[in-house]
Amino acid sequence: MASNVTRDVITLKGSAAIVSEFLNYSVNSILYQRGIYPADDFTMVKKYGMSLLVCQQEQVKGFIDTNTKQIATWLETGNIQRVVMVIASIATKEVLERWNFIIESDQEVLEKGVAREKSDKDIRTEIQGIIRQIVSSVTFLPNIEDACTFDLLAYTSVESEVPANWGESDAQLIHNPQNVKLRTVDTAVHKVEAMVSYKFTEEF
Amino acid sequence: MANVVHTPTKSDGRSDRYPLKEQLSPEPLGRKTPRSKTPKRQKSDRFITDRSAMDFNIANYMLGGVKENSMNNGAVHSPSKEEYKKQLAENLLRVDNNQRQSRILAFKSKPPPPPEGFENDRKFLYSQNVAPGQAKPRALFRHIPQTAERTLDAPDLLDDYYLNLLDWSANNVLAVALANTVYLWDATSSSIAELLTADEDGPVTSVQWAPDGRYLAVGLNNADVQLWDSQELRQLRSLKGHSARVGSLAWNGPVLTTGSRDTLIINHDVRIRDHVIGTMEAHEQEVCGLKWSPSGQQLASGGNDNLLHIWDAAAASTQGPSPYLHRLDDHKAAVKALAWCPFQSNLLASGGGTADRCIKFWNTHTGACLNSIDTESQVCALQWSKHERELLSSHGFSQNQLCLWKYPSMVKMAELTGHTSRVLHLAQSPDGYTIASAAGDETLRFWKVFGNPETSKASSKAKGKEVGSVLNSLTRIR
Repeated sequence: MASNVTRDVITLKGSAAIVSEFLNYSVNSILYQRGIYPADDFTMVKKYGMSLLVCQQEQVKGFIDTNTKQIATWLETGNIQRVVMVIASIATKEVLERWNFIIESDQEVLEKGVAREKSDKDIRTEIQGIIRQIVSSVTFLPNIEDACTFDLLAYTSVESEVPANWGESDAQLIHNPQNVKLRTVDTAVHKVEAMVSYKFTEEF
Repeated sequence: MANVVHTPTKSDGRSDRYPLKEQLSPEPLGRKTPRSKTPKRQKSDRFITDRSAMDFNIANYMLGGVKENSMNNGAVHSPSKEEYKKQLAENLLRVDNNQRQSRILAFKSKPPPPPEGFENDRKFLYSQNVAPGQAKPRALFRHIPQTAERTLDAPDLLDDYYLNLLDWSANNVLAVALANTVYLWDATSSSIAELLTADEDGPVTSVQWAPDGRYLAVGLNNADVQLWDSQELRQLRSLKGHSARVGSLAWNGPVLTTGSRDTLIINHDVRIRDHVIGTMEAHEQEVCGLKWSPSGQQLASGGNDNLLHIWDAAAASTQGPSPYLHRLDDHKAAVKALAWCPFQSNLLASGGGTADRCIKFWNTHTGACLNSIDTESQVCALQWSKHERELLSSHGFSQNQLCLWKYPSMVKMAELTGHTSRVLHLAQSPDGYTIASAAGDETLRFWKVFGNPETSKASSKAKGKEVGSVLNSLTRIR
């Protein structure tokens, strides 16, 4: 386990744990910041040196946890290329926002099982940066007027097997999107680039 | 070959252009009725090259289009070629493909939707100036379409400044006089009916709907005024009294006021046998503008003598020469364009002819001129918006445009061009959103200048009811 080795050494398993945990908190932050679920459903937790809000609604929590667990196993095999959180209107089924997390895995670590070095603190600062950007993104993203739901899409390699309870989906792209690139987290094993694309509407 | 050249008779000339037929191109036919001739295609048994008989547009299309079609067909009908291309690309770009190709997976059970009745409160947090509950602030600047919504051909429409040949009824029927004939165009169904043709007595010099939208008053060149039932398409009665053509008409309940070239204004009560209930003598030349105020208390009359008179309803109904309330001589040309403000009582807008070019605003209670602006063009007609504080004016030389003004700042909001001759008449649809304009270029155009009917449907419904109740007395005409 990652906890057994010195903090500055990152193994494949440890990196997968860090990235999946980071995705879990990011999804929770987005849900709160974009107001997809009522604010009462969220509780505050201390993480990465900041206060983060995590959804306590059981079904939502269960959904996110199952997803991130599966993503963690994919991360360990290097089969995942991208995780996308899709926010779509319930009434019109129109996709309003796509939060992209593009994942690049270090091939050498995957094949030979070597460990990399990167301090825990540096990773934490990078994660902080992205989550802060998610929080601040509400200032430029258009207001979500309709009741919305979300979904998580995992872009996996073709060779990987489809687990039970998972099915293939379309990309759920946005027409005429605006893209905003966010920061990057690099655990030295996995590199996660964040990007948000949203439906561009001309007002007035 | 003797009979090929066909001299168009009068009736043939008309069959070339159907009255009120919709024009597909926004531009008018470009020629006036008497000159309109369509080139006739010659039919003979031998081929003689003749440029006028050839359709170069079709020829060009045939030459160019066939080639394009065949290329398209080729591509569509060879799936094997497509497949080959695909395989070639895969083989050449194998490495790249393997990296890029991915499968998109999603967990089968979906997260629950937010609870019922939950409203995203972020929009209140991040849009402080918007009052909660109000979805969108009212747009201060709305879009004003710059082109006419539709264009109808109006052959033989008289290009005479002193006539009033267009009116839109409360039942959404547009009446327009084209030379000797009055046509009814139903704006709901776009159907056309011919109401009357006054061959000996014509041409028709004015039309005006009674407020109930069923009866139409028609002024004729022979000084006659006729009352027509638009539903049964028959004449109800004829009102005599003038000695020259009747160019302006105005209704006030059951009272029809007529203005004529004989300088007189006569009030007719259309319900009684001796219909003349008042004669107003004050103008020195032809009366070309007549409008009753919305309250029915005051009448504004404009004449070719550059005068504008305001009359009191109570005084006008008594027999004999009645004194006017105000005599306003500020205009320097004929006063034809008159419009009473729908939202402010005692406010009248008037527009002057070529030598004057001004729109003036009057307090008709005191007779004071409130404002005057030079429009730099002859003012032919004026219409107030029922929904916004706006005024639409139509003009002649040189732009032949319609101008939309903000009241009271008189900032020009829009200028709508399209007519190729002076825009003589304006009429407003009963819902107040569409304006019909008739111009000397023999077209009728419809403009959506006064906004969008989505916003205040309820209020217009209420208004419709009101009009109906006021006019119950009129249905008992005879």
